[in-house]
Amino acid sequence: MSTTPYHDARPLLDSAAPRLGLLARVHLDGPLILGLLAIAGAGQVVLYSATRQDLESVIRQGSRLGLGFAVMIALAQVPTQYLRRATPWIYLIGLLLLMAVLAFGDISMGAQRWLDLGFVRFQPSEIMKLGVPLMMAWHFADKPLPPRLGHLLVGALVAGVPFVLIAKQPDLGTALVILSAGLFALFLGGIAWRIIIGLGAIAAVAAPLFWEYGMREYQRQRVRTLFDPEADPLGAGYHIIQSKIAIGSGGIYGKGWLNGTQSHLEFLPESHTDFILGTLAEEFGLIGVCILLTLYFFVITRALWLASRAPDTFGRITGGTLALVFFFYAFVNTGMVSGILPVVGVPLPLVSYGGTSLVTIMAGFGILMGLHSHRPRT
Amino acid sequence: MKAPTRSSRQSWSANRRRLALALLGAAAVGIFARAVYLQVIDTEFLQGQGDERFLRTVAVPAHRGMVLDRNGEPLAVSSPVDSVWAHPPTLLAHRERLPELARMLDINVAELESKVLARGEKEFMYLKRAMEPDAAHRVASLGVPGVFLQREYRRYYPAAEVTSHLLGFTNIDDEGQEGIELAHNRELQGVQGEKSVIKDRLGRIVEDVESVREPQPGRDVALSIDRRIQYLAYRAVKAAMIEHHAAAASAVVLDVNTGEVLAMVNQPAVNPNNRQELKSDLLRNRALTDVYEPGSVMKPFTVALGLESGRYTPETPINTSPGYMSVGRYTVKDTHNYGLIDVSRVIIKSSNVGATKIALSMPAEKLWDLFRKLGFGRPTDIGFPGEQGGWLAHYSRWSTIGHANQSFGYGISMTPLQLARAYAALASGGVIRPVSLVKVTQPPAGERILSETTVRKLFPMLEAVVSRDGTAIQASVPGYRVGGKTGTVHKIIGRGYAKNNYYSVFAGFAPLSKPRLAMVVIVDDPKGKSYYGGLVAAPVFSKVMAGALRILNVPPDNVVDPKRQPLGTVASTATSPNAASRVRP
Repeated sequence: MSTTPYHDARPLLDSAAPRLGLLARVHLDGPLILGLLAIAGAGQVVLYSATRQDLESVIRQGSRLGLGFAVMIALAQVPTQYLRRATPWIYLIGLLLLMAVLAFGDISMGAQRWLDLGFVRFQPSEIMKLGVPLMMAWHFADKPLPPRLGHLLVGALVAGVPFVLIAKQPDLGTALVILSAGLFALFLGGIAWRIIIGLGAIAAVAAPLFWEYGMREYQRQRVRTLFDPEADPLGAGYHIIQSKIAIGSGGIYGKGWLNGTQSHLEFLPESHTDFILGTLAEEFGLIGVCILLTLYFFVITRALWLASRAPDTFGRITGGTLALVFFFYAFVNTGMVSGILPVVGVPLPLVSYGGTSLVTIMAGFGILMGLHSHRPRT
Repeated sequence: MKAPTRSSRQSWSANRRRLALALLGAAAVGIFARAVYLQVIDTEFLQGQGDERFLRTVAVPAHRGMVLDRNGEPLAVSSPVDSVWAHPPTLLAHRERLPELARMLDINVAELESKVLARGEKEFMYLKRAMEPDAAHRVASLGVPGVFLQREYRRYYPAAEVTSHLLGFTNIDDEGQEGIELAHNRELQGVQGEKSVIKDRLGRIVEDVESVREPQPGRDVALSIDRRIQYLAYRAVKAAMIEHHAAAASAVVLDVNTGEVLAMVNQPAVNPNNRQELKSDLLRNRALTDVYEPGSVMKPFTVALGLESGRYTPETPINTSPGYMSVGRYTVKDTHNYGLIDVSRVIIKSSNVGATKIALSMPAEKLWDLFRKLGFGRPTDIGFPGEQGGWLAHYSRWSTIGHANQSFGYGISMTPLQLARAYAALASGGVIRPVSLVKVTQPPAGERILSETTVRKLFPMLEAVVSRDGTAIQASVPGYRVGGKTGTVHKIIGRGYAKNNYYSVFAGFAPLSKPRLAMVVIVDDPKGKSYYGGLVAAPVFSKVMAGALRILNVPPDNVVDPKRQPLGTVASTATSPNAASRVRP
């Protein structure tokens, strides 16, 4: 390995690198954090309105954000080689916990997602949102380019097993996040184009089979509803119709903060959780939506850029996957709320009320920044 | 290491990065395009859809007007009540609270649960309507999710069954269904207001936006009824009903000078404030909706026609021997053989044979014409739902026996109100007036149908009926001169006249020297030995007329002549100093 400044093993001690500010010394990236803070701040403002000015909810969500940032900062400090060494264990523990959930998990709202460890209840699927990108990167980092079929199959298993376990809970939203993480990692891991095309063809064939045997009736209903929400306006189509109305009635300039009618009068379902974009769009209009999209775009491109500048392949694949998973969140949520994607339970990252996925996302950004910043020792 | 060189990794990775960026850009453009579509192109439609969901126009109930008696006493009033309604899905989500809710609503838990379950997918259901505001607020204060109140008005009838037939009732939506409530619904109801409001998903009104139209409260309707006389008549009719085990009974009191109905009562009756018991049979205003053959009470009209023709005077002798006569294949009978009597005694003794002879001596057309003018065979148009007009066949279709029957009140039918109106025409000296259930400010002129002299000649005959000599001594009123006529009519049951079932009728007016009130009493099917009009209906007349005349401060015209006091009750009239002081010599 060469010893260009880019690969300097000890940048913190390198006085020839005056560009390093305070943030960089603690392995953080200023622009990315600024973007994240902007989204989170905007989210708090919208949340205040969406909860009908319930300051308590906003404070609770604010403290979760605080926890998220703390976790992010902490994980950014973990040197890459430690993380790499821990990766198989993280993945393995996550896999075991997922099996435990299916065996002993709590059932809430008809799905078995929670594991009660006595002192804390949590969803092991969250671990896998980090575990799968890490494990995929760990697997592909030292494989030849393009990876051989055997490597690809192992990679498919790494993502496929947790996907199936989570889909069985059933939690389609999280399962799709895991699946997307696997696909993004395969993509970044260097899978050949012809295989991508081939997989696409297989997917096209498998989709009807999945529709028939892999999906539950309520999940099928959601997809059907996407194409024709008016068919069942009081049932499955209700969410989509109401959220389209909320977004559309905002117009270009919006109705103004705290003036949304569809969300405040409870016509918009889940107006402070999964469908909070509807509240934002109604009150801040097209302009608000554009600002939010721009912030997301900025955060994702910045994250991808940071990932691409990571000193090693493990870091680049992990970072890129985490950045794309964040993109997946934002895209699937905005897509479903605006009615171009089926309704799956994916929150609007950093904005929707709720703690678990928020902390995971922030942890992901922490890992991403750490991977970028820590230089491997030679 | 088999790892590829860094440069190839990097160029590869640059490719992939560009692709990822392209994907990202495409997704961003897609979402942006969608937002533009929804928020710029489709925004008006979606805004309209949004407004439709929360901007509602709701009706503001107008306060229903009161029904008053002629002196302004309330007979029907609307009081505010609250209806309790629920949003079933929300309520079902808190099923554990149903028991306490049911207790407060005073209904069975199981019943409540099954009702709510049956409407589990609906957005609205009534749990209980028209509750006392206090009780309804106790329900609301339970704070059961999905349970709400709605303000409404409910009708209350202070006089209960006394005025029930007359006033009718309103339905749960405060619309008149019967009687005065129906006839005057438009005035009473007023005009509902409208306001636009913001409603949330559960239909709760969050905010009043503006009043589109103010509600116009309904107007009060003042009836011609005098509540005091109404009560009096009701008590007397009810007592007679019980005493004689009758099937039904009615009484009508008319103001002779104005045609106003001062009292109109019926039995059986039911308390209209208790909606569960409302049955149409008990609510029927028989005085207007049921027709009867009047019988002998028609004889004065036959005699009046004879007097009017000039062929008869009160003293004209008529031979009723031997107490029956043949008319074609039929026989007209009297109860006794009265022998040779004058016209007066035809009335006093109520001779069918005498009435028949007078009638048959004149053209049928004349009698028919008089009956028409008296208002028989068509409704009085008093403006009451379901009023009947009775039956009067055209004279061209009268056979001789038919003609004869008409003279003593068979083969013709009428409501008690029609009969009372005809007697009021006699009482006013031969002028018939329209009748009215609402208070009259300008008494109608009326139409003269008999000459004053003719009618005046009838008065002594009708007064003699109410004497020891006549059939209705029990109709007499202490202190007042009273005229009237009894009727005891065989009921038609099935295809013919029943032998032992009667209508017992009395029609009359007072005071004779200056008639003020006319009254008809009909008792349907009195059981037992007493069934004659003079024994069953006449005492009711006496009681009500005595009270009504005093209530109206009508001067007595009979205190100076104790000999005319059939029951020697001078002392009782003297108890009314007011009446005594007005006595004219």
